[in-house]
Amino acid sequence: MTSSVAVFFVGPHLMSLRPVDLAIIVLYFVLVLGLGLYLRKFANSGDEFFMAGREMTAWIAGLSFISANLGSLEMMGYAAATYQYGILVGHAYWLAAIPAIIFLSLVMLPFYYVCKTHSVPGYLKLRYGEGARSVSAISFAVMTILMSGINMYSMAVIMKVILGWNIHFSIWVSSLTVGIYVMAGGLLSAIFNEVLQFMLIWAGCLVIPVAGLSETGGWSGLVQRIAHNFPGQDFTHMWRTMGSFTSNPMGVHWTGMVFGWGLAISFGYWTTDFLVIQRVLSARDLRSAQNGTLIGGFFKMMVPLIVILPGLLALAVLPFKLMPESMVNTPGVHTYNEALPLMLARYCGPGLLGLGVTALIAGFMSGMAGNVSAFATVWTYDIYRPLIRKTASDGHYLSMGRWCTLIGVIVSIGTAYLVMNFSSIIVYAQALFVFFIVPMFGTVVLGMLWKRTTPAAGFWGLLIAILFSFALWLWVHRDPSAVRYVAFSPHAQDMSENVFRAMWTLIINVVVTVVVTLMTTPKPQRELEGLVYGLTPLPAMGEVPFYKKPVLWAGVLGVAFIILNIVFW
Amino acid sequence: MLSIWFFVGVLLATYGALILVAGVRDFNSQAGPIAMAHLHLPIWWGIALLVLGGIYLVHFRPGRTK
Repeated sequence: MTSSVAVFFVGPHLMSLRPVDLAIIVLYFVLVLGLGLYLRKFANSGDEFFMAGREMTAWIAGLSFISANLGSLEMMGYAAATYQYGILVGHAYWLAAIPAIIFLSLVMLPFYYVCKTHSVPGYLKLRYGEGARSVSAISFAVMTILMSGINMYSMAVIMKVILGWNIHFSIWVSSLTVGIYVMAGGLLSAIFNEVLQFMLIWAGCLVIPVAGLSETGGWSGLVQRIAHNFPGQDFTHMWRTMGSFTSNPMGVHWTGMVFGWGLAISFGYWTTDFLVIQRVLSARDLRSAQNGTLIGGFFKMMVPLIVILPGLLALAVLPFKLMPESMVNTPGVHTYNEALPLMLARYCGPGLLGLGVTALIAGFMSGMAGNVSAFATVWTYDIYRPLIRKTASDGHYLSMGRWCTLIGVIVSIGTAYLVMNFSSIIVYAQALFVFFIVPMFGTVVLGMLWKRTTPAAGFWGLLIAILFSFALWLWVHRDPSAVRYVAFSPHAQDMSENVFRAMWTLIINVVVTVVVTLMTTPKPQRELEGLVYGLTPLPAMGEVPFYKKPVLWAGVLGVAFIILNIVFW
Repeated sequence: MLSIWFFVGVLLATYGALILVAGVRDFNSQAGPIAMAHLHLPIWWGIALLVLGGIYLVHFRPGRTK
């Protein structure tokens, strides 16, 4: 056993796995591969491969909706950010998620569902025409492949740091496993594995808050320990410290948090990122899609238990301070990114450690599977079919879907090696997101809610916003002092600069779209039926008990969101 | 098609059994570097996963699902 695993280990590492831990990890790979191959026989048409036959229940659609979002890059990145910035990062799961999820469920899903689009670029084609669809499809395809590679590389680095695994081994084994099961079963396979991964992530990571709060003596003990370890800094209030740029560790003002993260980034992601939208579009009917979205919202609201709380516990209980990522190669130093793995190593003995590590691996793989399956759909239906081969059989497009899944995985592996040359992965990942997703939100929502928006405005608003976002990023990248204009403060940190840039990008997107609309001709109303508010009759779904109505659960979710923000003010 | 919840049951029950056995085997071992070892979390976690997995396996077993 020792010699056979020796080839996988390089250098010192945080944890040592026992045979039971290795067995848990191996069993996971066997199960997901077996599941993918089993589901192959149920993915025999384009609709089955790309949209899982549109037969998912609300619970499955909702859990995969959240699991596709809950990647390990995010989990480890936000735990690291919590150690650096405190509980403010919790806004990622509340302010920057819940209002947008409610908006998606009640306002936007009816349009996506009624027009029977297979993708968000597909909706843009129906609403604005081929120009807007092509811009969004190409930018989305590029972004998903880059993000997929970032996921893989980040996982490989983390596995090297905490377990000593060879980077190439981690990248190739995980990538090919994902490639096989998505190629075999398409979106159905990706969704089934995401539900498994969701259960695994909670089973594996919930150990930390249970053991950690027991060690600190509850929340109040946690707060006291942090205050003792870091005197003069406030890590445990979500709103109180955002009255000025200098009174919180992130260097952000509440306006940037609300309008940048809470509106531009949040609504841009949750309402237009096809990676998550694809999951709820696979639901069997509109009510299942809406309720599934809200189910996802409830679980999203609980994620701080396994991401934010471990970061805070690291501040409270670790006997040493973590350092920035730039010091990753300094002997004896642990960096922010190690916050979550260090807490796993602290509380998890044999068996539980294997479960926790498998949960992290599962999180990375579900992130990659989500990107690859979304890429396959957008490439096949929004780039290949309209631009390259307009007329072919369903079987041809199905075959294209399987092959481009494999190609997407291989390109992602190449991207993972490319990312190795950059020092700050998370910063580049966030920049990609603000370039491509934030502009989509303005374009999509104006198209859904305003009949007057013209095809030319949809195209130019989207394109100019993407170029503007890139130009703004380049300006700050070349001249760091420019951050005082973009984020209104020379003290703004990377995350603060991102949220303000998102806000500016959304403003430009809306202004250009409105101005061009007023100068150009709209489509006739008969061509907008099913696509725009006021011209979209919702399908009759029959009377249901009150507890099955989406508006009830949206209300409960909204009230819970408000209460949590007050409690942690 | 087998329900996804059946596979969830397989996963949780298998892991629960493995973790429970590991926890029982290490019950009387010297406390290593693991904090809060006196809580014996592997045993409780193993039992919880085994029970939850068992419920899913029984409720969503192949003969019972549509």
